[in-house]
Amino acid sequence: MIEPLLRVRNLRVVFPHRHGELVPIDDISFDVKRGEILGFVGESGAGKSMTGAAIINLIDPPGYIENGEIWLEDERIDQLDARAANRVRGKRISMVFQDPLTSLNPLRTIGDQLVETILVHLPISPEEARRKARKGLEEVGIDPARIDAYPHEFSGGMRQRVVIALALSAEPELIIADEPTTALDVSVQAQVLELLKKLCREHGASVILITHDMGVIAETTDRVAVLYAGRLAEIGTTAEVLNSPQHPYTRGLIASTPSVEHGDIGTHLFQIEGAMPRLDALPSGCAFHPRCEYADRRCAESRPDLLQERVACWQYADG
Amino acid sequence: MLFIIARRLLQAFVVLLLVALVAFTIFRFIGDPVESLLGQEATVADRQALIDRMGLNDPIPVQYLRFVGNAIRGDFGISYRTAEPVSALIAERLPATLELAFVSALFAIALGTLLGIYTAIFRHGFTAHAIMSSSLIGVSLPTFLIGVLLIWLFAVELGWLPSFGRGETVQIGFWSTGFLTASGLKSLILPAITLGLYQMTLIMRLVRAEMLEILRQDFIRFARARGLPERMVYFGHALKNTMVPVITVAGLQLGAIIAFAIITETVFQWPGVGLMFINAVFFVDIPVMSAYLLLVGTVFVVINLIVDLLYLVIDPRLRDGQLKRQTV
Repeated sequence: MIEPLLRVRNLRVVFPHRHGELVPIDDISFDVKRGEILGFVGESGAGKSMTGAAIINLIDPPGYIENGEIWLEDERIDQLDARAANRVRGKRISMVFQDPLTSLNPLRTIGDQLVETILVHLPISPEEARRKARKGLEEVGIDPARIDAYPHEFSGGMRQRVVIALALSAEPELIIADEPTTALDVSVQAQVLELLKKLCREHGASVILITHDMGVIAETTDRVAVLYAGRLAEIGTTAEVLNSPQHPYTRGLIASTPSVEHGDIGTHLFQIEGAMPRLDALPSGCAFHPRCEYADRRCAESRPDLLQERVACWQYADG
Repeated sequence: MLFIIARRLLQAFVVLLLVALVAFTIFRFIGDPVESLLGQEATVADRQALIDRMGLNDPIPVQYLRFVGNAIRGDFGISYRTAEPVSALIAERLPATLELAFVSALFAIALGTLLGIYTAIFRHGFTAHAIMSSSLIGVSLPTFLIGVLLIWLFAVELGWLPSFGRGETVQIGFWSTGFLTASGLKSLILPAITLGLYQMTLIMRLVRAEMLEILRQDFIRFARARGLPERMVYFGHALKNTMVPVITVAGLQLGAIIAFAIITETVFQWPGVGLMFINAVFFVDIPVMSAYLLLVGTVFVVINLIVDLLYLVIDPRLRDGQLKRQTV
C-alpha cells in the first residue's frame, strides 16, 4: 500500500472558554492520498475550516491542538515551532481562502506578492522568481503582462486565480481550498474549480476541498468526508457516499441539495429539521440524534465512533 | 492622478485665502492701527496722513486684496511694539521653532510607530502592558507640567541638560541652527520631548490599534498561510496598511506641534515664533498676531497637502481615483 501524503489521527482542537472549553474538532482521523481530491462537507461550524487551519498550523489563539497527530509523509507537523512551520506552510502545504477580495494585500502588486512567496521558499534569484511568477500567472489564465497590476484592478474571479497562482507558486504537495468558490458568481465558480482541479493534476498536488455545496463535491472530489458538530459523520469515495449514503445526516444533506436535472424546480426541498447544536451545548451521545428520525436510546446515551472506516452511526452498526 | 493633485492645490489655495481673510479682519478691525502706531498725542493731520498712507479709506475688498498681495510678497506690516517689519521678526525666530518641531515630530513619529508595532505584536506581554499603561501618562499630563518635571529632574536635580534657551547657534545664511553645536543639541532634548510626548503616545496608540485591526484581515492570514516569516508579515504586509490613518493623524499632529509650540516655548524660554506670539499678545501687537495666524494656517494647509499626496503614494486604489470619495 502506498503511504498516504497526509495522515490525521484523533485530532482534537480545544478553545478555552469561560465555562470550561469548546471543542470544535473532536477525534477526527483521515488520510489524504497523493494526487487525490478529498472533499470536506458540512454545515457552517461543523469544523471544516478548523480542520484546515489545524493542518496548516494556523488555529487562532487561544485555540490549540489538544490531542492527536498530523503527519505529512514521515514528518510530524502538528508540533512544529514557528520557523519549522513556515518551512511547511506555503512550501509543502498551502491554502486558498474563501474571499479573493480580501486575500490579497491591496497595497502591493500581485507580482510583488508572488515573487515574495517564491523567494521565501525556493533558492532562486529574484529574476528567476519573477520569471516563475509570470509563468504561474499564465498557468491560471492571467496575462503575465499584468504582473505589476494591483489586486483592485482584477475582478473577483481573476483575483481568485491570482490566489491560486500564489498557493501553487512554491509547488506544494497539498492545497487546502477553504470554500474557494463560495464568494464567486456561479458562472465563475465552475471555471475556478476546473482550473484548480486541472492544475493540481498537472502539479501532482493533493487537495482538501472544503465546501458546503454537495454539487461541488460531486463534480470535483475523489473522496468525501462529512462533518457534523466537530466529528466525522461519514467518509468514503465520492461515489459511495453520494450513491449510498449511510449516515442519516448525509442522506439529509443530499436530499436537501437542489438538482436541476431531477426536475426539482418549483417543488419544495427537503430540510433537515432543527439546527446544528452550538459547541457549548452539544447533546449527549451522537450529536445528531435530536435531529435524527432513526434515533433510539443508544444514540442518546453513547457516542458512535467511525465504523469500518466509513460511518459513525449506531443504526449502521446494526445493519 | 494629475487631476487629483490639481484639485488639491486649488482647495489649498481657497483655504489659505479664507485664513488670510480672518487674519486681515484681525489686522484691520481689532484695535485701531492708527492709534497703535501714532500714540495718544498725534495731531489730526498726522492721523490723516497715516490713514492715507496705509490706504485705510479704500474699500474693504481693495484693502483685503492689498493685504493678501503684501502677504504673498512677505510683507506683514510693521510691529507696533518694535517698529521692525514683522517679516524680519518671523524670519529671525522661525528656524528655532521649525528645528524644535522637526526634532519632536521625529521623536514622536519614530518612537510612536516602533512602540505601536511592538505593543501590537506582543500585546499580551508584560512589557507591552507596561508601555500601554505608562502611555496614559503621556496622554493625560498637560504639556507645561511635563516640561516643568523634566526641567526639575534633568536640569535641576541631575544637571545633565540646560533648562532654557537654544544654547549656541550657528548662522547659515538667514537660518540660525542649533544642530551644529553640542550645547544647541543638548538644549533641544528637553523641549523636544516635552513637545512630542503627547503626540508620541497618540501615534503609538493609533499604530497599535490599526495594527491589531489589520492583523485580523484575511490577507494577513493568507500571508501566513503562504509561509512568510512573521517579520515579513508584520513589516511587509501589516505596517504599510496601517499607514494611511497614521499619516493623517501624524500630519495633523505635526501642524499642532508647530502651532502649539507656544506652551513649550514659554516653559523653556525657547526663542521661537510661539514665544514671539505670546509677547505679541501681551503688547497687543496686532500685525505680529495676524502674521502668526497666517503662518500657522499655511503650515497646516501645506502639511495636509503633503499628507494627501502621500496617500496617493501609499494606496494604489486612490491613485486610480477608485475611492475618490474617501480622499475628499
